[in-house]
Amino acid sequence: MLTKRIIACLDVRDGRVVKGIQFVDIIDAGDPAELAHRHAAAGADEIVLLDITATHEGRGTLLDTVKRTAATLFIPFTVGGGIRSAEDAAAVFDAGADKVSINSSAIGRPELIGEIGASFGAQAVIVAIDARRAKNSSDPVANAEVYVAGGRKPTGRKVVEWACEAEQRGAGEILLTSMDTDGMRNGFDCELTARVSQAVQIPVIASGGAGSAAHFADVFGRGKADAALAASIFHFGVTDSRALKSELQHAGVSVRLPC
Amino acid sequence: MIQVIDYKAGNLTSVLKALHYLGAETHVTQSPEDVRNATKIVLPGVGHFQATQLLHDLQLTEATREALANGVPFLGICVGLQWLYEGSTEAQSTDGLCHFASRCERFPATYNNAELKSPHVGWNSLEDIRKDSRLLNGVANGSFVYYTHSWRAPISRDTAASTSYGGAFTAAVERDNVMGVQFHPEKSGETGLTILKNFVEL
Repeated sequence: MLTKRIIACLDVRDGRVVKGIQFVDIIDAGDPAELAHRHAAAGADEIVLLDITATHEGRGTLLDTVKRTAATLFIPFTVGGGIRSAEDAAAVFDAGADKVSINSSAIGRPELIGEIGASFGAQAVIVAIDARRAKNSSDPVANAEVYVAGGRKPTGRKVVEWACEAEQRGAGEILLTSMDTDGMRNGFDCELTARVSQAVQIPVIASGGAGSAAHFADVFGRGKADAALAASIFHFGVTDSRALKSELQHAGVSVRLPC
Repeated sequence: MIQVIDYKAGNLTSVLKALHYLGAETHVTQSPEDVRNATKIVLPGVGHFQATQLLHDLQLTEATREALANGVPFLGICVGLQWLYEGSTEAQSTDGLCHFASRCERFPATYNNAELKSPHVGWNSLEDIRKDSRLLNGVANGSFVYYTHSWRAPISRDTAASTSYGGAFTAAVERDNVMGVQFHPEKSGETGLTILKNFVEL
């Protein structure tokens, strides 16, 4: 049976993990390659590395980081952040990534989705969408809006429509982050996730709001998510992916276990 | 020396990384001569079946047939497995190697009256593993492997393991020296490495 995926996400700046999942014995920052391997060993189904580096020097460091991380990582590995062209994507793939995640650059020039897919296959292109519900609308979920530039800039585009366009242009998966629920630890935005998941054929990865294993069970059930991104949950009682999956299995969710 | 065929379908890097990790020596090639003289052949690939047209254009099809007839161990991965069949509905005008009968078809849009998402992406389990499979030696039923694909090969007597998604399909195929896997062993953790190691050590 196809299982629901738990994806461990590392936010990286200038070659160091700055937030995201951290083990109990790692207080502050960590080495992305080392952490990625620890997450893989702890039962994560995939690793996502999001680069939030703003500087040119940092980009060079990123490729080195990707290379070091990928060298002995034998589960799917996605890299996102700052990929603006098919050339940027090619450099990340050459360094060892299996998929790239693109966000603002895809909104700015949607052709980029197909351009990367043409060389590396649709399965290698994840379109990340930062979404916020339309609070004053009669249907805040259907009219949820896409934001770019790290959530600072509204685009006027509706989330469900953009997800459908991304699929038509050849995206392999959608990574949907709810800005409303992100960081709140009160659960994912299941209504929005379900709306997007039902509108597209491709897998939808839910992100933002996890605070407990029950929240994951909820987004896999009611939210119809195919995968969920785990970040700060590991600070709050659940020790690692294996423990999370064990709880999910008890709740009747199909997960890769043993792993 | 394992000859790894490069037909510009997706990304060779991860397959090479895994083979090197297991201590295998590899050579990336597009040459029929290399394929004829190979001691082992790996045909990776992810993407569109149409990409396999390049194998015909580079005259690698005939070279592969000769190598297979001589007993050279062959492993096709993903589209590389599909190429072993007669073809795929994904690219009707491009023939496969025709080593195994039947064609690869797309997942149905619905299964058991429910919508079936496609592509099939993620970790799914291997079932009905054939006890005589050399490729899957030491792999237990229920072991998880990573998939990403929209077309699949049907079950036949050469099926070495199946996976269920919209019904059962061929997860691994094996007849003598000719083997293929629909999943990505290079991305399937320890289970995947076991399978690649089995091939490397044949």
